[in-house]
Amino acid sequence: MQKLDFGEGDRIRIKKETDSGVVVYEGIVMPTASRNIVIKLDSGYNIGIRPENVEIEVIARLGVKEAIKGEEIKGEKRGKSSPLLSILSTGGTIASKVDYRTGAVSPQFSTDDILEAIPELGAIAKIKGKVVYSILSENMRAEYWRTLAAEVYNGIKDGAEGIIVTHGTDTMGYTAAALSFMVRTPVPVVLVGSQRSSDRPSSDATMNAICAAKVAACSDLAEVVVVMHGSTSDDYCYIHRGTNVRKMHTSARDAFQSVNDTPIGAVYYDASDIERIRIEFSSPYKKRGEQTLELRDKLEANCTLIKFYPGADPAILDFFVNQGYKGIVLEGTGLGHVSAEWIPSVSRAVKQGIPVVMTSQCLYGAICDRVYDTGRDLLHAGIIEGEDMLPETALVKLMWVLGQTTDMEEVRQLMHENIAGEIKGRRVIEGSI
Amino acid sequence: MDEEIDHSEIGLKAGLEIHQQLDTRTKLFCKCPTVLREKKESTFSLKRYLRASKSEMGEVDRAAREEAKYSRTFMYKGYDSTCLVENDEEPPRELNREAIDISLEVALLLNMNPVDEIHTMRKIVIDGSNTCGFQRTALVATDGLLSTEEGTVRVDSLCLEEDAAQKIELKKEGSAVGYSLDRLGIPLVEIGTAPDIKTPEQAVNVAEQLGMILRSTGRVKRGLGTIRQDINVSIAAGARVEIKGVQNLRLIGDIVRNEITRQLRLIALKEELNKRGARVEHHRIEDLSGIFEATSSRVIQKAGGNVFGVCLYGFSGVLGTEIQPERRFGSELADFTAMYGAGLMHTDELPAYGITEDEVEQLKRTFGATDNDCVVIVAADRAHAEKALKAVLRRAEDAMREIPKETRRALPSGSSAYMRPLPGAARMYPETDVPPVDIDEQILHSIKTNLPETFAHRKARYKDGFDLNDELADKIARNINFALFEHIMDSYKNVPVTLVVRTLTDTLTELIHDGIDVEDTLEDRHFIDIFKNLSANAFGKEAVPDVLKFLANKPEIEVAKAIEEIGLSVNMDEVKQLIEDIVNAKKEFIQEKGAHAVGPLMGVVMNELRGKVDGEIINRMVADKVKEVLEEG
Repeated sequence: MQKLDFGEGDRIRIKKETDSGVVVYEGIVMPTASRNIVIKLDSGYNIGIRPENVEIEVIARLGVKEAIKGEEIKGEKRGKSSPLLSILSTGGTIASKVDYRTGAVSPQFSTDDILEAIPELGAIAKIKGKVVYSILSENMRAEYWRTLAAEVYNGIKDGAEGIIVTHGTDTMGYTAAALSFMVRTPVPVVLVGSQRSSDRPSSDATMNAICAAKVAACSDLAEVVVVMHGSTSDDYCYIHRGTNVRKMHTSARDAFQSVNDTPIGAVYYDASDIERIRIEFSSPYKKRGEQTLELRDKLEANCTLIKFYPGADPAILDFFVNQGYKGIVLEGTGLGHVSAEWIPSVSRAVKQGIPVVMTSQCLYGAICDRVYDTGRDLLHAGIIEGEDMLPETALVKLMWVLGQTTDMEEVRQLMHENIAGEIKGRRVIEGSI
Repeated sequence: MDEEIDHSEIGLKAGLEIHQQLDTRTKLFCKCPTVLREKKESTFSLKRYLRASKSEMGEVDRAAREEAKYSRTFMYKGYDSTCLVENDEEPPRELNREAIDISLEVALLLNMNPVDEIHTMRKIVIDGSNTCGFQRTALVATDGLLSTEEGTVRVDSLCLEEDAAQKIELKKEGSAVGYSLDRLGIPLVEIGTAPDIKTPEQAVNVAEQLGMILRSTGRVKRGLGTIRQDINVSIAAGARVEIKGVQNLRLIGDIVRNEITRQLRLIALKEELNKRGARVEHHRIEDLSGIFEATSSRVIQKAGGNVFGVCLYGFSGVLGTEIQPERRFGSELADFTAMYGAGLMHTDELPAYGITEDEVEQLKRTFGATDNDCVVIVAADRAHAEKALKAVLRRAEDAMREIPKETRRALPSGSSAYMRPLPGAARMYPETDVPPVDIDEQILHSIKTNLPETFAHRKARYKDGFDLNDELADKIARNINFALFEHIMDSYKNVPVTLVVRTLTDTLTELIHDGIDVEDTLEDRHFIDIFKNLSANAFGKEAVPDVLKFLANKPEIEVAKAIEEIGLSVNMDEVKQLIEDIVNAKKEFIQEKGAHAVGPLMGVVMNELRGKVDGEIINRMVADKVKEVLEEG
């Protein structure tokens, strides 16, 4: 095999010996994970050629690579006399931008990039963009929520009349819950993402972003919400309360659903005229200016969420206790159960001052441990009923509560108190708005 | 349009692109069946928009950009036989192995060289025909050859692609464009030749050969719409034009001929316009609604009285010039205004459509137009009218300069209409959701050893096996119906082989020549049914063309019933009686002529029974009867 003295982006000619003679391929070398040489032909097609029995000639070298722009790009684009929106980017599908020439995923998604991709946003608001993180949302962590919360807080303090957080969809529900607890906001804080990457013509990024901007710039809402597709069609987005929203489908556009709660409202989309996009609220919400801006960003990240399953060993719980975890959320069965075997372990954890919160893997409905014996035993062991909170929301809330106090009684009290719409008190039949 | 053209003198270059659906069990990127559905069986619909996005090189494709200007809404109809992949709600699965195998087989039959690793690409298409806004396509092989009497034609590329969704009529969705998702994702191979084709006849020949090779695999779909041809045509002084969607093989020759004519006429028009010093004023679009305030024109009333126009100076008479059958230069301009939902009228054809002479005069006065000029108007709201008229100005300006490179749509008449600019390579980028596929040497080897037989081998086999002469063996071995021929010969051994060959070749050609649509209507089962009936002597072979003609019109009818309806069905007792009557009436003649009486008597009997009973059978019956009479006598 000959020495391959060419790199990505170079134009090469490959001569390959075949039964019927020599075949010549010419194109640009593309990045690849395979052992073959991958080139882009002039027709636009990529092909892979085995590097054996070929003759390779370099036709042209890749020009000097453009310098990669700085980590953080700020910019401002003027709409007419429109409100100021701050767009905080954390990464994910909605912000993905691939340099196909080199194969590198470029980290930045500046104001210019956003406005170039979705010029309509400029007509809705004055846009100020900032890249906070460039990560896929599965790589999000509790300390990143704190940084993000501080950025939201600063943005509002600096005069933003609405905040948009672009976020990967995988853990957007967790971040929405975290921001709900950490920031008391007088303006809309809208998380938005996309289920189909923004480099495809059918991406839901455009409609989701425009609807999110409408909510952030034009509505009187003042809560942390998620705005995402409401159906498989490009017809409306739902506005979900940040503490009650969950990704319920791996890939579909309408993956996000409010659980134990109806969406706060919907945004009806019209691609032909953004003036005609309208927001309809269908349940009560906090209005602009109702609460004053406040950042309470302390978190105890050392908490965990354990899913119970038939036959699960209570040693799992013991392990986390022994590892020094400060709070535990259980995702139990039905009304909020783990097997009777687990009760001594729960009791031991609580006695050591570790709050143990019960939620349900049913997701829908509330915890009630007074109905069956196991439940009553769990209550006796000191379990905290997670009411009708989503397990993920209960985890995030427990982190936040433990950031505010370590007093077991206060923890218990705060976990039962509705802080950010996470506890509904009454539940109604599931249905559309 | 029948002028004699020397194709080498005008520098004709043509290339073919054939799309053939594969008969796989499942679609190319999901596990859905590859079946087409009745639209009324649809179980859901969804609404989407598409936007042009940047390619990997950071450019927006010009064809995609133009589509994006129309900002259309798309409505998709789905079925219980489609899934989230077609809805663009789930990532595609890995490339269908069966489809890869078939495309490799076709590639090898075309003497092509497969690549070592297949990469699936996204080809941006935002006319709505793909829910994701791109068509997934992969280059499988290159550098093949096809030989024709007029020379070798290189086969540049074979791609494995997903078929697009089918456009459907919507009842009441406003301006939305409707598509049905059943066809989306059916695997197809796209075979592209180099522009080595030098005559319209050669184009037909190449298309036929490609069709036959595809069918010889036995693994491609058959029937209307399962094969589609695109043709690239250029002449030295003209431009490369791609004509899409030719569903009928026979039209290929006409399409090429008519495109040559179009380009020659446009070149002549260009010279004429330059001689006249023709010009357009770029930004001058006038609101002419005032002139038509009290108009009696229904077209204008319907558009709410909104009329806008431009003037093409020096263009008088040009819009009425025919450039293709049933197409004038004005039709070329109208193709553009139609994209914005507006019809076009011009002073060459006015007064008409309820527009008066006086209104025409006012139009001309607005622009200071003389009899040398042409005012073009559209009745539509300002936004649409301005876009439409800008396109008219652009196209008129092009007419003075060059023949635009473009993608056109084949019309049933053999002419074509504007579709969009030619797409560039910018519209391709990698489909990152689908992993590349390594072409295993072993698999390739096993496909190579199991290839369908070559044409030459088949011809030799027919010569020996069916005792056919060289000409007929060649004809049927090359024919697209060769497999059907073998099936019929296997099933009905008493049918004469020459009759089967003639029927499947010459007879069909003659019927097509007579304008009978046997290609799109008749299926294998029709021919099998015909020979089954012939084998049982249900009718005479002389009537085969009549039966075919009848079935072409009523393909749902069985041959036995067709014979009855044409009046070919006979009762053999009646035939016997008829022969007996005729022979008895001519006893004297028979006595006189002896055995020589059979010939003349045959003529009389055949006048009565032609097509109903095979001539040979009648001959035998008459001879027997004559013999009887002679023995009696």
